[in-house]
Amino acid sequence: MKTTLALTLAGLTSMGLAFSAYADDYITLASTTSTENSGLFDALLPQFEDATNIEVRVVAVGTGQAFEIARRGDADSLLVHDTAGEQRFVENGYASERADVMYNDFVLIGPADDPANISDAQSAAEAFAAIANAEAPFTSRGDDSGTNRAELRLWEYAGVEPDGDWYRELGSGMGPTLNTAAAMDAYVMSDRATWVAFGNPQNLTLLFEGDDVLFNQYGSLLISEEKHPHLKHKLARQWHDWLISEDGQQAIADFRVDGQQLFFPNAK
Amino acid sequence: MENNAFYVALSLLLNFDASLFQIVALSLQVSLLAVLIAALLGFPLGAAVALWRFPGRGVMIVALNALMGLPPVVAGLIVYLLLSRAGPLGEWGFLFTPGAMVIAQVVLVLPILAALSRQKVEELLGEYREQFVSLGMSRSRMMPTLLWDARFALLTVLLAGFGRASAEVGAVMMVGGNIDGVTRVMTTAIVLETGKGNLPLALGLGIVLLTLVMLINAGAYLLGELTRRRVG
Repeated sequence: MKTTLALTLAGLTSMGLAFSAYADDYITLASTTSTENSGLFDALLPQFEDATNIEVRVVAVGTGQAFEIARRGDADSLLVHDTAGEQRFVENGYASERADVMYNDFVLIGPADDPANISDAQSAAEAFAAIANAEAPFTSRGDDSGTNRAELRLWEYAGVEPDGDWYRELGSGMGPTLNTAAAMDAYVMSDRATWVAFGNPQNLTLLFEGDDVLFNQYGSLLISEEKHPHLKHKLARQWHDWLISEDGQQAIADFRVDGQQLFFPNAK
Repeated sequence: MENNAFYVALSLLLNFDASLFQIVALSLQVSLLAVLIAALLGFPLGAAVALWRFPGRGVMIVALNALMGLPPVVAGLIVYLLLSRAGPLGEWGFLFTPGAMVIAQVVLVLPILAALSRQKVEELLGEYREQFVSLGMSRSRMMPTLLWDARFALLTVLLAGFGRASAEVGAVMMVGGNIDGVTRVMTTAIVLETGKGNLPLALGLGIVLLTLVMLINAGAYLLGELTRRRVG
């Protein structure tokens, strides 16, 4: 019994050490699953750390949840993709500053035999309308993420109500939604980065791309100092500035998966 | 071969992958610490409920039993709201740290340890009552005796608590944030790899986790058997 106790105590001590061994200079970044799942952060963060000695801890959630985390003051910085939502966030005083960082695009994925024949569509609106008309299974994120918000705008744009048995709101991240679509041969809209890095496509293939309305802009936001004075604003500012600096933009452009560039820097 | 989960699990273990080691170590630290804290609080609590008669005791027993089924994501949400900067304990700056994960798991494990130890101690109390009365023992003196004599049963209770802690993902995901190298544990890593569509790797990690839990249970079983034999 004594040995067990001693072992437990030793274990606890080492745990205390492990818990406190993290660097002081870090920021918490609330961001999206697409940036995390594609591996972009694995490429960017070491370069930023080398340049500034600041560690960035990424909490990757849907854009809706990322906003909520930032609103409550639980993250020092925000990198998301919902420009309209981001501008509202600034207007409502939760963020002091917003900058364009990079873009990629959404693509329409579906079963290779393409029952709604969207690969022949001339526009994204036409492709969405074709899916609705054919009542072909479509899996939606349904989680108030940036992708989900963009998808809902596109249905509206196509002038169809996504409603009925064929339209399935999953309430999950991009990856799980792709897994589900693969399992039930459904159409799905994905950001290109997650799709290219996705490892379980089964019968799914890229069917429609290239319309301007599928443009997917990412923005970096600095959280309001007034609302949340306790946050690490100076460090967050360094991260924000690095992202839109020449070095940061180059690092984004250099990130490749299978030789394919997934994010295109466009800071002004 | 690389599409076979067992092959992936084996190569993960044999290559002694550094980031895997860190994830495994953090999983163990968080869950073991949570179970230890929950035991220090839960066993005396369970024993106290077994020993004393007080108003609302029935309600308390029902509540403890019901909370054994507390959904991890609800526990995570409650702890998240408490630890969030906008919450009452926001000053601690605990959110998205391993400490927050320990707290969430204590919330999950505590009802299991308290409810099950209450039951074990009450059973034992039935056997011992006459001796206790003849010795004129006070209730607070009975408590350590009962807990000590129930130790083998309580070891199983501990394992049940550890199983709950190491297997859950909803709470640690929410309060830890699955931050690479900081709060990523086995279960959240499995969720992440599943999301990326790396199903063999996800299942491989699952096999590693199962193996680990199996080893810990085997260790506990051996410890129990050895001490039992020594006691006679």
